[in-house]
Amino acid sequence: MRPLLELTGATVRFGADAALDRVDFRLFPGEVHSLMGENGAGKSTLIKAITGALPLDEGELRLEGDHVAFASPHEAQAAGISTVYQEIEVLPNLSVAENICLGREPRRGGVISTRLMQARAREILLDLGLDIDPASMLGQHSVAVQQLVAIARAISTDVRILVLDEPTSSLDLDEVGELFRVIRDLKSRGVAILFVSHFLDQVYEICDRVTVLRDGAFVGEYLTTELLRIDLVQKMLGRDVADLKERDHPDDAGPEAAVVLRARGVTARHGIADADVDLGEGEVLGVAGLLGSGRTSLARALTGVTRTDAGTISVEGEDVHLDSPRRGMALGIVYSSEDRRRDGIVAELSVLDNITLALQSERGVLRQIPAARRRELAASWVEALDIRPPDLDRPAGTLSGGNQQKVLLARLLALSPRVLVLDEPTRGIDVGAKVEIQNLVGELADNGMSVIFISAELEEVLRVGDRVAVVRDGRIVRTAPAGLLTADSLLALVAQPDEDGE
Amino acid sequence: MRSIWRHRLFWPVVALLTLIAVNSIARPNFIKLRVRDGELFGAIITILRDSAPLMLVALGMTIVIATRGIDLSVGAIMAVSGAVALTIIDGSDDPGNLATVLIAVVVAILVSMVLGVWNGFLVSVLGIQPIIATLVLMLAGRGVALLITGGFITTVNSEPFSYIATGYLFVLPFAFFISVAAITVIGLVERRTALGVLTEAVGINPEASRLAGVRSRGIIWGAYIVSGTLAGLAGILYASNIRAADANAAGVFIELYAILAVVLGGTSLNGGKFSIAGTVIGVLIIQTLDSTILFLGVPSAQSPVFFAVVVVVVVVVQSPRIRNALGRMSRSRKPKAAVAAAVVEDKQKAEVGR
Repeated sequence: MRPLLELTGATVRFGADAALDRVDFRLFPGEVHSLMGENGAGKSTLIKAITGALPLDEGELRLEGDHVAFASPHEAQAAGISTVYQEIEVLPNLSVAENICLGREPRRGGVISTRLMQARAREILLDLGLDIDPASMLGQHSVAVQQLVAIARAISTDVRILVLDEPTSSLDLDEVGELFRVIRDLKSRGVAILFVSHFLDQVYEICDRVTVLRDGAFVGEYLTTELLRIDLVQKMLGRDVADLKERDHPDDAGPEAAVVLRARGVTARHGIADADVDLGEGEVLGVAGLLGSGRTSLARALTGVTRTDAGTISVEGEDVHLDSPRRGMALGIVYSSEDRRRDGIVAELSVLDNITLALQSERGVLRQIPAARRRELAASWVEALDIRPPDLDRPAGTLSGGNQQKVLLARLLALSPRVLVLDEPTRGIDVGAKVEIQNLVGELADNGMSVIFISAELEEVLRVGDRVAVVRDGRIVRTAPAGLLTADSLLALVAQPDEDGE
Repeated sequence: MRSIWRHRLFWPVVALLTLIAVNSIARPNFIKLRVRDGELFGAIITILRDSAPLMLVALGMTIVIATRGIDLSVGAIMAVSGAVALTIIDGSDDPGNLATVLIAVVVAILVSMVLGVWNGFLVSVLGIQPIIATLVLMLAGRGVALLITGGFITTVNSEPFSYIATGYLFVLPFAFFISVAAITVIGLVERRTALGVLTEAVGINPEASRLAGVRSRGIIWGAYIVSGTLAGLAGILYASNIRAADANAAGVFIELYAILAVVLGGTSLNGGKFSIAGTVIGVLIIQTLDSTILFLGVPSAQSPVFFAVVVVVVVVVQSPRIRNALGRMSRSRKPKAAVAAAVVEDKQKAEVGR
């Protein structure tokens, strides 16, 4: 069979560095193809080369055997290549229907017909299994719905190739299921789909073929059915996976050390109800739960980011009143948000300013940290966490996801906190950085810091946590030592209501 | 060389120098300074003197814009400030007394500060959109000023009060020293304390800043107080210059010129990164342009058109796409990156425009 799209010897250079070095890539009609690699492997560059966002320096792009060179994403789109980028590109101040039909509004007598537009949008949405009002403002919907609308927009044209860059990073399990149903449907219609994701499970579930890149170079193309997961990770990392350190988990139920943070009956409306948490010194409490289960509400309530409606929180035996993140910080409790881009990084400020932001605001406006001390401090964190590129003056928004997460961690760790609450710190970042952050959490705990570690990946929660709290439907349904749980038993707790039907 | 070219103040400085060059060629007197009674005179001195009110207002506006806000009420605050000061002086037994004038100025500035507190309260505590919150005072302020002056244009004959805008200290206009003092204080406070970077953080990402423990409410509130206070001082300068409180004419459209100065200086209306030096240059561009229009004898009815043309040129030259295009022409060493940047930008535009 002839490939629908074929890239041979593709090379893209930025100055002296080759972001893509003689890479081959093929995409067949009716297949789901995954592009795997660590950050900096060249995935984004390859996508941009296919979608006309970047010109090739060398090599050739063929569409159905014909040589093509797209000068712009518009041309690529005209040729049937639609893209949904990682950063959701929708217009929250327009209606759902307007977003879907943007630029292709159905007209009647030259005038845009809202009725036709909504009917068409409803059709496409139903196709996606999404039951929302096309007339409603997009901004009022969840991030997940916005993501699906972005996909709806991409497939509302005659699409032959659909590029999905990290489409599932903000979706929960059900929504991922929906998306996969749509992908399978498109696939059966002969659409070629390029699916980029960090979730190995998803790649194995949906993809027929994988192309692995490393440091801008082509490693190989494999059928997913013939490639063992461990081999795939090894090819991506180009090193042994052995540096994934296993932590020794104590077996007993309660925290063995003195309790640093104790919460009783913590309730935040529309989020978490009646939550009890005990966090020991030097302990990592993993929190498992689905999106919307209350895991984020719990973290925010414990750190003063959102106010609690009921319950008490005490730090080292003393009741505290957490009414702002600032108060939390003063007590040594810090929170790292699940959404780096939205409420983590201050994108246009430098890495230096981002790292020192919390420390500076803790000291107050008037007591500026001396410039030399600031640089020294930031440089030491950049080195300790291996933030790349190690350029203090670079705007933090230009770093990769993993490095942004490290900058955020550095900002919080610079405060020398007692309790570190990490909400999905490894979401959407490459495997290498993920392992580094997991190992870092272990080291911090070994040095006496107490950590609450929230993740959607159950294996990760089990590996990193000493104990695991399972959150479901706004309640902590179980807290148990990690050693007593397996990924399967945890999955059952996270996903299903108890048999007695609560 | 490339770093100078890419500096964000490069184009504003070029625009200012071009204006000065054009003026110097068109009228050699422009750069000439004359000394009379130990005081300097000349077109440039006049520009420095006359730019003081706009300078004060634009400095405040810069800080407000950095927090993602905007302050439309500055012109109205100028009117109130002038009305308060002149009513006090006018009502006193001895308008020429220095103490009377000092009291009047201090009270007027305090009143302006209170108006700034009001704006800041609406924006930072009640969460009203800045443009709406300050629109309230923009519309109501002149009415308040008229109320204070009883509906009349209050005029005074007070030597110390006139000195503020028209007097000389050493060899330079006193108003120029007020400008310099304001620039210095704002510059030092923003850069020598952490206020500057925290203001930028709040402007770029308010929620991230809150989570990082930044007291964003205080920072935003403070910006409006500074803006109000500086506008009050500008109102004093204006009233001093014409020796009258004219509630209908004081600071008319100054909010728009101040916003223009901030933008010409390279600070984005989206908030975040700001440049005090850029604003200073922006104000000087506007004032020099004003002087040029006057000199060229452009009929006053047409002068806004002339003004607009020059502003459009400056803003267009500063736009990222033109900068990239110019950068591509001048730099052949690393064309790829520029092309890539332009392409990415095209892509973003296309996404939005689609």
